[in-house]
Parts: sequence; C-alpha cells; structure tokens
Amino acid sequence: MTMNKRFIARHAMGHTVRGTALVAYDGFSARYDLDRIAGIFSRPTHKLAGQSYVDKILILDTAKGGVASAWMLHEMKSRSVVPLALVFNSVNPILVQGAALANLPMLSGFDEEITKLVPFGAEVEVNPAARTLEIISWP
Amino acid sequence: MNLTEEERDIFAGRCGSVPQRALKHQMAVGAFFGASDFVPVTQAHIMADTESLGEAGVVWLEELATATEGQRRVRIPTITDPRGTDFAKAERLGQTPSMLALEQRVIDAFVKLGVTMTNTCINYQTIQAPARNEHVAYGDTGVVIYSNSVCGARSNFEGGPSALAAGLTGRTPRYGFHLSEQRCATLYIRVDYTPSSLNEWGALGGTIGRVVGNYWNVPVIEGIEGAPGSDQLKHFGAAMASFGSVALFHLVGITPEASRLSDVAQPGLPAFRVTKADVRALQDSYRSDGRVDVVVFSAPQLSLYELRTLAELCRGRKFVLPLLAVTSPQVKPDADRFGYTKDIEDAGGNVLSGMCFYQSYAREIAEANGWKRLATNSAKMVNILGGYGYKPMLASMEACVEAAESGRLP
Repeated sequence: MTMNKRFIARHAMGHTVRGTALVAYDGFSARYDLDRIAGIFSRPTHKLAGQSYVDKILILDTAKGGVASAWMLHEMKSRSVVPLALVFNSVNPILVQGAALANLPMLSGFDEEITKLVPFGAEVEVNPAARTLEIISWP
Repeated sequence: MNLTEEERDIFAGRCGSVPQRALKHQMAVGAFFGASDFVPVTQAHIMADTESLGEAGVVWLEELATATEGQRRVRIPTITDPRGTDFAKAERLGQTPSMLALEQRVIDAFVKLGVTMTNTCINYQTIQAPARNEHVAYGDTGVVIYSNSVCGARSNFEGGPSALAAGLTGRTPRYGFHLSEQRCATLYIRVDYTPSSLNEWGALGGTIGRVVGNYWNVPVIEGIEGAPGSDQLKHFGAAMASFGSVALFHLVGITPEASRLSDVAQPGLPAFRVTKADVRALQDSYRSDGRVDVVVFSAPQLSLYELRTLAELCRGRKFVLPLLAVTSPQVKPDADRFGYTKDIEDAGGNVLSGMCFYQSYAREIAEANGWKRLATNSAKMVNILGGYGYKPMLASMEACVEAAESGRLP
C-alpha cells in the first residue's frame, strides 16, 4: 500500500512555498486566536495554543470570526511575523481577501478533509499554480 | 473573469492607478472563488480600525491617498465601520497619543479617498438599510448578516481592503451570497425557545452559530414565536456571525426570503435542535463568581432605543465601577437631546461615540485601567474578548447596571 502524498485543491492563490506543517482541526482568526506580536496562537482553547506560527504552513479546518484578518495578515507580513502559507478545508472570503493583500499562498477545498491527511510536523510543498499540496517528508 | 468595457479600462489603468489596483485585488479574490464576472454594488462599508491595520496598513492607505485628485475617489457611497477611539473620551479609556495619531492619519487618508466617515456598525439602523436584492459590499460581519438576512440584500463578508476596492470600482466579484443558489438553506434548525432579553437573543444566535460553523452554510430556523424587532435581530445575527462565521440565516415566516420553509429549503436537509438548555449552557460558560471590573455595552453599537432603556435603568444610581455605553455618531446627538446621555453619565457612566470597544486596543486599555472581569449583554463581545485576555461575563442589561452599582453581578 502506498500513501497518497499529493492532494489537489479546488481553490488556490499565490506562489509556491515549502515548509513545516502545523495541522489541527480547528478554526483560524487573526484577531481571535493569535498573539500577533509574539507570533503564537494565544487563545487558550485553540488546539495550537502556545505554538509559533511564524514561517509555518498552517493546515486548519476553516476561517472564524470577523473581518479584521483581512488587514491583519498584511500587517503581520510587514513585520515578518506571519505564516508561510494557509491551507483550509474551507475558507471564507475574509482570509482570501487578506491573503491577496498580503501576497500569502493559500489553498482550500479538497476532496477529503486535508486536516486528516497531513501529519503534524510534515514537510510540505504548497503549489498554488498546480493547486497542489504535496508531502515532501513525514515527521 | 469576463470584463465589461469599463472594467477593461480600469484594468488597463486608463482610470488611474488606484482603481486599477483595486480591480486587480478584486480579480484575485474573484478568481479564487471562480467568479465569472463582477456585479455592480450600490454601497460599500469599510472596517478599518488601526489595531487591525497597524502602521503597515496605514501607510498602504496613505499611499493610495497620494494619487492624483480625480483618480482616487470612491465611485459609490462608501462609509466606515467604528473607529478605534472616541477622541473626546480617549483619555478616559487610557489610550495613548500614538494610538490617536494613527487614527487621525487613517481618517485623513479616507477623506482624501472620498470615504464618508460614518463610523458605525449599525448603518442599517441609522444611515440607510439596503433593500431586498440590492447588491452591496459591506465590511462588518454583523452588518452583513443583518443586511442579507433581515433586509434580503446581497453581500459577502468584505474585509477592509476589498470593501474599499468595491468603493473605488463600484463593483465586486459575483460569487457567494450575490448568487441566488448560494442563498438556499443548507441545514435546518428547530428552536424550542424564544428569548426575551438582548443577551438571550445573542446567546441563541451564538449557539446556532456554533452549530452552523462555516461561512458557506445557511441555516433555516423554525420555532421563534412572535416577531422579533430590529435590536433583537441585531444581537441574534451579530453573535451568529461571530461564533460561526455565518453570513445569512432565514427565519421562517419572519425574514423576507423565507415566507414558507419551502421557499428556501429542500426536503432532507441536515436537521438540528436547539433548546433553552443549550442557550443557557452558552451563557453559563461566560459566568464566574460575579466580581466585575468594568461594564461595557457595545458590539454592536447601541441604538437609540437601547440607550433609552439603559438611561432608565441608570437614573438615580451611583456607580462604583466604570460603565461604558458605545453608540454611533448618528445616535449620540439624539441621546444627548433626549437626556439619555445625561442620565447615564450622572450615574457615573460614559457614553462613547463612533468607536467599538473591542476595536479600540482592547488589550492595551485593559492593562492601562486594570480591567479583566468585564460584564456585558453582548454575546458577540464575550466571544471576542477572551482572545484579548479578558474574563468576559454575559448577563442582561439590568444585571450589568446592577453590577456597575454594587461591584458584582447579581
């Protein structure tokens, strides 16, 4: 049996990046969930609480909350305290608009829940032009 | 995306670099969601508090505002969400001169872009409610869910950059809730309980939001008795959007697109039941031993009728805790004129205008004032403030006012 290591998204934006995946079946809001100065997940109940998101590829369930993230991703990018890419099972317009302004790669909409397919800590490549997420090496 | 002749001109830069950048931003978003074209919009509403923008966002706006006059102004009525301060009360909040300076720079840039500084998240109660099927580009989740659901208008969540882009181009990508097929219900919710107080309406909205849990899901809800009013639906929708990222709901027999269940729902939808116990559980999750540092009424801004009720509750009391009541610049003069502001402030409270508590450097003003235990009747706010280090408590307006007087929630 071979393990599938390349997954195709229906929605994609941005440029190709490689990095370490932080994976959780939880939501994402820059305002609700992050300490944007320290660069960590700060909401105590978040499944990634205490983890640094800086230069990581975040693989999460969906977007939460309000519209602030559209500005906040741009602000985080200006200080280089920002994820490398965002990958979601599904995403709302706010994070797409924010990723467009901040020039952050993003994928969403897979045939299966991507949060169940990628192991925490795997090295992955996000290739928006090909609409793919590929596991490069397992943790 | 298919472009009209006018859009091709904007894309080519023949209308200036500012609308060109705006359209390219919109095309990137539209392409992501598979939009085939743009839809004209009649109004835009921009959320742009300086805590979210940061220095980088302010500089970005200022750069747009330096474009040649005649090539930088919005094409349609474009208004703003609450700002990050009430300049007249900033000292009371413990905000710093640098925060205020950043606010002023944003205001100056928006004015140069032709944006109307309404500073409100209740524009549907104060400025102009959109009509059914009117396409708009609104940028506050509470505004969007109310406009879509109660007014029958059509908007996606438009973050600040995209709402501004819509103002500058007069259009938005046609996807999501601009499409009739996207507005059909995807799940059915039966409630066995009709709230009375605004905090209960918010708690019911939050409970349903948790069930829905996804922007693309649309709940159709049955079981509400009577006809809820604007303030009740305001708290209900704002909390649902906050807890669940929900942009549209239908209430059978109440909201305009759902006169009957069959108007919006196919048979066999996933079905859920929400009980009074579920709503109470959400409220109880935001209660503690009752000790309070500050009482806040905000999120959404208070209507004139909410301020009227609050003023009646405050009359003749003397507060031992700070009490902040936040409203819009459109409502505040009437509250002054009718004596509501005086009643609240004579008791020791403060009525603030044109801001929203959680968009006003909530973490920093908590540290400046020693505020941690916050009592409010806003379910939306308790959901947000946990991430800012507060211990938020959800209670009725009456109980919150009693807490301001006694120091404890009853």
